[in-house]
Amino acid sequence: MRKPTFSIGGVHPHDSKISRECRIEPMPLPDSAFLAVSQHIGAPAKPLVAVGDKVKVGQPIAEPGGFVSAYIHASVSGTVKSIAPRADLAGNPVMTIEIAREGDEWMEGIDQSDTLVTDIPDDNKALLEKIKLGGIVGLGGATFPTHVKLSPPPGSKCERLIINGCECEPYLTSDFRVLLEKGEQVIVGAAILKQVLGGVPCTVAIEENKPEAIAHINEVIAKLQKLSPKFNGIEVMTMKMRYPQGGEKQLIDAVMHRQVGSGALPISVGAVVQNVGTALAVYDMVQKNKPLIDNTVTVTGECFPHQANLLVRVGTPLRSILEHLGGIPEEAVKVISGGPMMGKAVANLDAATLKGTGALLLLTEKQTARKEEGPCIRCGKCAEACPMGLEPFLLQKLSRNGDVEALEANAAQDCIECGCCLYSCPANIPLLDIIRLGKADAMKAIRDRAAKK
Amino acid sequence: MNTIWTTIAIISLIGLVLALVLYLVAEKFKVVEDPRIDEVEKVMPGANCGGCGFAGCRAFAEAAVKAPNLDNNFCPVGGNDTMAKVAAILGYEVKEKAPMVAVVRCNGSCANRPTVNTYGGFASCRVKATLYSGDTACAFGCLGCGDCVAACQFGALSMDPETGLPVVDETKCTACGACTKACPKALIELRAKGPRGMRVWVDCRNKDKGPAAKKACAAACIGCGICAKTCRHEAITVADNIAYIDPDKCKLCRECIAMCPTGAIHESGFPKPLDKEATKARILERQKKEREEAAAKAAVISSEVEKSKPQEEK
Repeated sequence: MRKPTFSIGGVHPHDSKISRECRIEPMPLPDSAFLAVSQHIGAPAKPLVAVGDKVKVGQPIAEPGGFVSAYIHASVSGTVKSIAPRADLAGNPVMTIEIAREGDEWMEGIDQSDTLVTDIPDDNKALLEKIKLGGIVGLGGATFPTHVKLSPPPGSKCERLIINGCECEPYLTSDFRVLLEKGEQVIVGAAILKQVLGGVPCTVAIEENKPEAIAHINEVIAKLQKLSPKFNGIEVMTMKMRYPQGGEKQLIDAVMHRQVGSGALPISVGAVVQNVGTALAVYDMVQKNKPLIDNTVTVTGECFPHQANLLVRVGTPLRSILEHLGGIPEEAVKVISGGPMMGKAVANLDAATLKGTGALLLLTEKQTARKEEGPCIRCGKCAEACPMGLEPFLLQKLSRNGDVEALEANAAQDCIECGCCLYSCPANIPLLDIIRLGKADAMKAIRDRAAKK
Repeated sequence: MNTIWTTIAIISLIGLVLALVLYLVAEKFKVVEDPRIDEVEKVMPGANCGGCGFAGCRAFAEAAVKAPNLDNNFCPVGGNDTMAKVAAILGYEVKEKAPMVAVVRCNGSCANRPTVNTYGGFASCRVKATLYSGDTACAFGCLGCGDCVAACQFGALSMDPETGLPVVDETKCTACGACTKACPKALIELRAKGPRGMRVWVDCRNKDKGPAAKKACAAACIGCGICAKTCRHEAITVADNIAYIDPDKCKLCRECIAMCPTGAIHESGFPKPLDKEATKARILERQKKEREEAAAKAAVISSEVEKSKPQEEK
């Protein structure tokens, strides 16, 4: 049988999952943690602490600054040293709370043991509130606050929860390791999410290049279903390997054969997609009272001898992670936060990890050098590769000309910045770089119009 | 023979009927246009640059004819000469505006700003700005890809290969403002050209605190406020760790330039170069004198107070 995948576009880069055998290991605690107040989509969080305050691990240090926003918790215990702008991964100043670490003292009530808690409380409202208090955001990369996603607007109804374990980006292995090592916790987390959404059926989507994870999760589900009926309706779906399967809209298409319209949210077609890491964070918060203070970060790259999947406290400086693993090899010229397709080059290694930092990828000069740009030969490969059905060759032209009206008419705002067009272009045109500008212009025009109404 | 005549007659008839229809339609849908629009358009520079805020010279002409006065309509490219002509056609009064020029507010040359990153992507400042803060530790400075040069229709901007910064050719700059919009870091400012082209401005936009700014760039404004204290005309204000010189209040004495510890303040168009050392010595001398005078005054006042005290007691 043909394995399910999304219907249009996509590319198939070599998956290069070279760190897949590395077990998740805890990273030694950093001397200082730097927690930016905007680590999520939406309004920046408002600091709750002042300079000089003593904080414990798991203590909320910033509260949501709006409806779409999230709590931020101290990831280390110690003293708040400063609350000031600090250069982020891209080098731009962002308000950051710095905590100088002293020991490792946790808040009371946090269960640090490894025992699996499978009893799920019945009160959905309390569960949702707890998820909000845990500062949980989507860990697939977009860092959208989870509690907002779990509160469907009136009139829309969720029909299926999809747990995204595709990890379609090359090199990344953190979700794979989480599925293998913490599969039980992920499935309990999925059951909690499922219950909050009204007991909808749940699909755990995993790509075919992770057969161990698929077998393990199937076992876990069978085991848990014997314990409680709350785990009924959870199934694993083996997906064909294709990038960008992990994109929200692509995954909904692949699993449910439904298309999310332009500018619409997944809930409009009755779907809610949550990442594997998010499900684990939900389990940690609801069952163990542990807010989102750490996440799994893959550190990899062919030139990097000490591949690892590390459990890193949020706010750990990148430099200390790389130094812990033996330093940056000489031939590495670029460090990328995220995968090679959608990740961003890090401009400042003194910056700290965010909740959504899932990987650090080190690349060599040869791997990153851009080839000289040639003229467009109208081969149409970019249009074929675009998973959103856009025409990148046209959008880049319009973007260069600054024709905002035409950009909007040609749906530049729907671009998910997956990079398939750039990957497939034989003329090495920096399509995505240019389209990103057009997308920003088109989205600004749409926002301005909405603001006028 | 007859066929030819019939054909000619029929075709002429059709032609006549169509001409009549066209004439009637033209009469019915006639658009009365103010003839002054054409006249105004003729005296415009015809660059269609959009510097006036309208889509082109024709759009400006239409707006100018419609408006009750010329207060809000000004062609920066044509300047006062063109506006005088427009005013003459429309019978309005025109307020003379000081000629403006684009000024690049960054002096982060290759020598001043150490590079910490290298960029291999698409050569566009806007693209670069979406990716990261720039090749140096300064998140506010010039990105060096020349979006402003590309935006300039008049060829007034060029990149200096030595410094990596854009240079404005004053003779060609029309102050249309296209470059100010093109720069993602908002480094280019339209400033009054100043008397005989003399002007003084702060060549930096770095809002970081002093030590961070200084570390990122040797020529950064560190917001120390010495210039504001030196200025006798209250032309300089410091906000967000950055000094700004108000061109309306500046008297071009150049004392701030002599006193600036990082050399962040620049001058242009002065006939004689500034003797920094001599000026600085003079200012310090003056400030010392002022301090002494103030101290003497304070001493006099306090002694008077001392004197008055026993009288009060009596």
